[in-house]
Amino acid sequence: MKAGRGQLRSKFRELTDGAVTGLAVLATVLVVAPLVAIFVYLIYKGASSLSLSFFTQIPKPVGEVGGGMANAIVGSAILLGIASLIGVPVGIGGGIFLAEYGRGTRLANAIRFTADVLNGVPSIVMGIAIYALIVVPQNHFSAFSGGVALGIMMIPTVCRTTEEMLLMVPHAVREAALALGVPNWRSVLSITVKTASPGIITGCMLAFARVAGETAPLIFTALGNSFWSTSLNQPIAALPLQIWVYAQSPFDDWHRLAWAGALVLIALIVTAVSLVRYVTSRGVLKGAS
Amino acid sequence: MSVHVPELRIAQTRPQTEPEIPGGQQPAEAGTVESSAIRKFLLTRGNSAITDRGFKWLMVLCALSIFGIVALIAVQLVKGSQLSWNKFGLGFFSWPAGFTFGSVFRAIMDSNLPQPNYWDPVNGQFSALPFVYGTLVTSFLALLMAVPLAIGVAIFLTEMCPGVLRAPLSFLTELLAAIPSVIYGLWAYFVLVPLMREHVNPWLVGLLGWTGFFANDNPTGLGFVSASVILAVMILPIISSLTREVMTAVPISQREAVLALGATRWEMIRMGVLRNARIGIVGAVILGLGRALGETMAVTMVIGNSIEIHRSLLSNGNSMASVIANQFSEASDNLHLSALIEIGLALFLVTIVVNALAQLLVWAVTRGAPARVN
Repeated sequence: MKAGRGQLRSKFRELTDGAVTGLAVLATVLVVAPLVAIFVYLIYKGASSLSLSFFTQIPKPVGEVGGGMANAIVGSAILLGIASLIGVPVGIGGGIFLAEYGRGTRLANAIRFTADVLNGVPSIVMGIAIYALIVVPQNHFSAFSGGVALGIMMIPTVCRTTEEMLLMVPHAVREAALALGVPNWRSVLSITVKTASPGIITGCMLAFARVAGETAPLIFTALGNSFWSTSLNQPIAALPLQIWVYAQSPFDDWHRLAWAGALVLIALIVTAVSLVRYVTSRGVLKGAS
Repeated sequence: MSVHVPELRIAQTRPQTEPEIPGGQQPAEAGTVESSAIRKFLLTRGNSAITDRGFKWLMVLCALSIFGIVALIAVQLVKGSQLSWNKFGLGFFSWPAGFTFGSVFRAIMDSNLPQPNYWDPVNGQFSALPFVYGTLVTSFLALLMAVPLAIGVAIFLTEMCPGVLRAPLSFLTELLAAIPSVIYGLWAYFVLVPLMREHVNPWLVGLLGWTGFFANDNPTGLGFVSASVILAVMILPIISSLTREVMTAVPISQREAVLALGATRWEMIRMGVLRNARIGIVGAVILGLGRALGETMAVTMVIGNSIEIHRSLLSNGNSMASVIANQFSEASDNLHLSALIEIGLALFLVTIVVNALAQLLVWAVTRGAPARVN
């Protein structure tokens, strides 16, 4: 009798195990499927409307066929340039402090925690803050304010990844530099940071890819522009912003342009993420070993 | 008469050999020349204490910029919402004046009753209740859909996946996290919404219409359910990657101990891994919640943008982030703008609290190792 119940019990356990394995596989398939669906659909819809005119022309007036998103691509480049100018140096500086000067201190722990929390704040809130800080006093929308909004979004991400990369540099490298009489600041900059530079650059690329696709902070700082504009004091077009506006419009032509723009944006981001993966998997600190 | 100096001997014999070489280049034992040159160089450099201190303070300043950013956002949001806060106070987040909880509840349950006008820019009457409701409903539904799937994926990738598949699959999940919100919104608007409209919504109404929460009165396919689906797709990779991280942080000895007692693989996962990692998994889920609360673009494109509250989950609505995105650039007057900024302030505070809680929980399990959000 007991043997029978024991057999039933272990059969039940076996079946549960198999069922859970099946569920886990099902979950993975259900997760991978939308991703593949999105990519395939993007490539299918986007590739058909991608042409040279997409990269060279600005949007045509409503109703006319054709046109492109050249101004949005250039505008995004300008905004990301300003953002990198602000975000990268300050972020790397913060990372250097966390890894070199403040390691283990309470201040560093507080800053690290705050940076992680700041990474989770919705980007539209940053947009509102920069709107109140820059757009309202200046009384006009501008590319500068959009760049600043994107830049302060980059700072926490770059700071954390820089810290992680610097923590991986072995102590021997730092100590060797100091033993040779190199000043501390010089040792940090030319030796430690240079050793970790592949990792730091990939961290910056990751932050770059993240803010490249951000739309919400740009809605009321850079505003968007249907014409050519490279001035920092004027509203400027941006690729994700343009995609949003076109997607919500009632015109089929603009929908096609939105798909093409989405394809360009996602190609950029996939390239950046793949590069990051490749560099970090190859071993970041070739110079140290 | 030069003594043959073996290379290992330090160059103390150098002064003897030097005069014998008729001018010109120094011999191969040039170590001492360079060492005295190095010493001269270092001695002339002087003390770098000032530059060191200056550099250190520069780095401290850069790091303090993080606090500066938080302070900047908080100050600007509080300043901007003063107007609305002074007028409405805490009642901004509850029902409009002239209504009670009971009457609002009845109006929601029965759409034939007169609906309160929550958000009225024309008359200067603002109540954020529909948006708080919208944010809570979409986030809750998204979590409901995403958490089982995310944990399932995490279990598969850490415990069951053949090694060959692990790298590409984890790369794919990472890619899912990197796709911008607009592109999710674009795909949702053109592919997901028609799919919901044609196939899923009628099926939902047929299956669950008896509960009263699924009515057939929204023919557009937009609404809370569509927004929740795309939100679930977006928060999935975050929950999944953090769950994987906390699951791999559980020591192998725990797994081996359970297996040694005769457990099947699922029992090993349940008792050895999930039980130990459950604090971290809760943290990962809360982090996903934090992301869902603040998600703007994809939700704006599919939630339907209505400022009413209906009982049906298939109805159009608005979330806190989507109403800001929609109405900010066309806000009609200062009070309207201030009301929107107050919603932004509420969103800021809520996401900070939720994210801080989640980070604490994840740190408790991974013991302070830097937790990556991406």
